[in-house]
Amino acid sequence: MDNMTIIAVVSIITAGLTIALGSIGPALGEGRAVSTALTSLAQQPDASATITRTLFVGLAMIESIAIYCFVVSMILIFANPFWNHAIAGVAKAAGK
Amino acid sequence: MRLSADQLIFWQHGFVKLNGTIGFTWGLMLVLTVASWLVTRKLSTDLRRSRWQNLLEIVVSAIEKQITDVGLKQPEKYIGFLGTLFLFVALAAAGTVIPGYEPPTGSLSTTAALALCVFVAVPLFGIEEQGLGGYLVSYTKPTLIMLPFNIISELSRTLALAVRLFGNMMSGTMIIAILLTITPFFFPVVMTLLGLLTGMVQAYIFSILAAVYIAAATRTRTRKPVPSTILDPAPAPKT
Repeated sequence: MDNMTIIAVVSIITAGLTIALGSIGPALGEGRAVSTALTSLAQQPDASATITRTLFVGLAMIESIAIYCFVVSMILIFANPFWNHAIAGVAKAAGK
Repeated sequence: MRLSADQLIFWQHGFVKLNGTIGFTWGLMLVLTVASWLVTRKLSTDLRRSRWQNLLEIVVSAIEKQITDVGLKQPEKYIGFLGTLFLFVALAAAGTVIPGYEPPTGSLSTTAALALCVFVAVPLFGIEEQGLGGYLVSYTKPTLIMLPFNIISELSRTLALAVRLFGNMMSGTMIIAILLTITPFFFPVVMTLLGLLTGMVQAYIFSILAAVYIAAATRTRTRKPVPSTILDPAPAPKT
């Protein structure tokens, strides 16, 4: 296999694995956060505004981990510097 | 398929580009400013007021209440910055209903700029409240060993703000674009709704996090002396 094929194969596999493995942790964490928030809401409905706001802020922080993985996988698919470099190399060699 | 509106070039001269992100950002600024100016031309303080004034008052008082809930005791100092952050990001997300519009916050440039504004504003507000020495000393709390970690956490939470907003907005527009090529009509509409919801939530998250960072930086650590009730008892009420 030449360079371009290796780069393409590894990028595709890594992109898929990144988002697949990277969403497991945040999903579990968000599930636990919401379940604890529901429990405390049931125990103290008066504090529902504070609990809801804190829940949303916490969910956003947990979600950002999944967002980082998503950004990495998007970069690998759409803005891959190694792929662009390989393409540029092939174009230069073909143009010579 | 392009990642954001950065690649949509309206006009180019040399290396100066007018791309979609800049165009949509200025369009949003124009809409916000002109709408506010039109509504606030004739403000009334009695019970008869236009519904637009009512709407703006609801928005402003809701933001003010959120700012005080976070712990900032004088919301009027911060509502300019925090309210603008919220309104800009929320309107950037809400404009997705207009066809042909792409949210400028889906570009890393815009979100990095907003995060840099927060990064600069937090020390500014902190120094304004606590003085330069007091603010710098707060980096060494609770112990001096925490100084590098506090600095790193400042930088990393700025980065996290930028990437969080960028990732949410970009993923929304990208999934709509992908679904449009596969199953037009139903699923893109559902995903647009989800994108609107996450856009509003992310706008709220962005401004609440900025408020929390500012509140952490402006928390004054001096305790006012509580007057003793033994040495100076309250005077007996005159009958």
